[in-house]
Amino acid sequence: MDNTNFGLNSIQQDALKEVGNIGAGNAATSFSKILDREINIEVPSIEIIPLEDVSTITGSEEDHVAGILFKVTGEAPGTILFIFPSTTIKYLVEVVMDKQIEPEEIGEMEESLLKELGNILSGSYLKSIGDMTDLNMTQSVPGFSYDMAGAILSSTMISASSTGENVLLIETEFMDGERKIDGYFFFIPQIESLSIILNSLGFDNDE
Amino acid sequence: MMSDNEIRIKMAEYEIAQPPQVLVTLGLGSCIGLALYDKYTKVSGLIHFMLPESNGKTDIAKYADTGIPNLIDKMVEMGAKRRNIIAKLVGGAKMFSFGDDNSVMNIGQRNAAAAKEILQKEKIKIIAEDTGENFGRTMRFFTDTGEVKVTSYKRDDLLI
Repeated sequence: MDNTNFGLNSIQQDALKEVGNIGAGNAATSFSKILDREINIEVPSIEIIPLEDVSTITGSEEDHVAGILFKVTGEAPGTILFIFPSTTIKYLVEVVMDKQIEPEEIGEMEESLLKELGNILSGSYLKSIGDMTDLNMTQSVPGFSYDMAGAILSSTMISASSTGENVLLIETEFMDGERKIDGYFFFIPQIESLSIILNSLGFDNDE
Repeated sequence: MMSDNEIRIKMAEYEIAQPPQVLVTLGLGSCIGLALYDKYTKVSGLIHFMLPESNGKTDIAKYADTGIPNLIDKMVEMGAKRRNIIAKLVGGAKMFSFGDDNSVMNIGQRNAAAAKEILQKEKIKIIAEDTGENFGRTMRFFTDTGEVKVTSYKRDDLLI
């Protein structure tokens, strides 16, 4: 397998992008309903990133962020990671819990809220991918960490990488019109899952 | 705060330095930051490695098994005496828990174990360690004193 593009041609990459687009679109709809405001998504990108560069993909290594992690099992296993910066967390807590907090005060209640949000969003993401591909996928209970972005991203991506060299990310950025909500959604399929997803969409991976 | 003397070491990199330089690596999760110090010559080395075994891969500083011996060699080239080198180990955390995956060692634990095994083989003594647990760490290695300051969001600064 070619390590630089995971053996994917541009048509296959576009197909994966479309999978990400539909998944994230549905997740954004769920998100909008919960918050009662419009949440938009950027057009997803497919990125193949060397592991040594993953610490800074959302900003600086020491940025204080929440990471919500799900293991995806089933026919196309992988990993899902949400990253929310502290400003977004503060705002989410304000809107959903009607409570003013400082980022240092993130406690059990706030953690539960973020885990539950992550649960709903990754659930709708996976469900729409499942509907589209007819593949059965289940998410684990959420793992949570509020810590340095570099530590969260590097640890997640190193475990998620099948090759130990690169990681393929289907990445979407969420935001609202006022820039009060900003977050990242990463779906990291295992390398074996890529051809399974593509095959289910009618792309022969050997072409 | 970034001082003029600071040298940043990213993932899969290493650096050799001398006083008054400060070797810094940010946001260690499951990775390990290993500080090696010759207290007589003050030749200092820091590596930020990601995985225990290279299995033939050539990115030397990314792996414990190739990165640590290379770091020692480079320090010796810079005038360090192998028998005077001591080690301080930072990182190797497990950032996320799911409650169901305790059966195998996680990457952070494997990284720490690999570093210890290699250092023992190289006859280098570990005099301080801040590894494991579930939080990220930034380390600053002061080459004038050999001290390492570990900063995290979950705990007060620690000087080792």
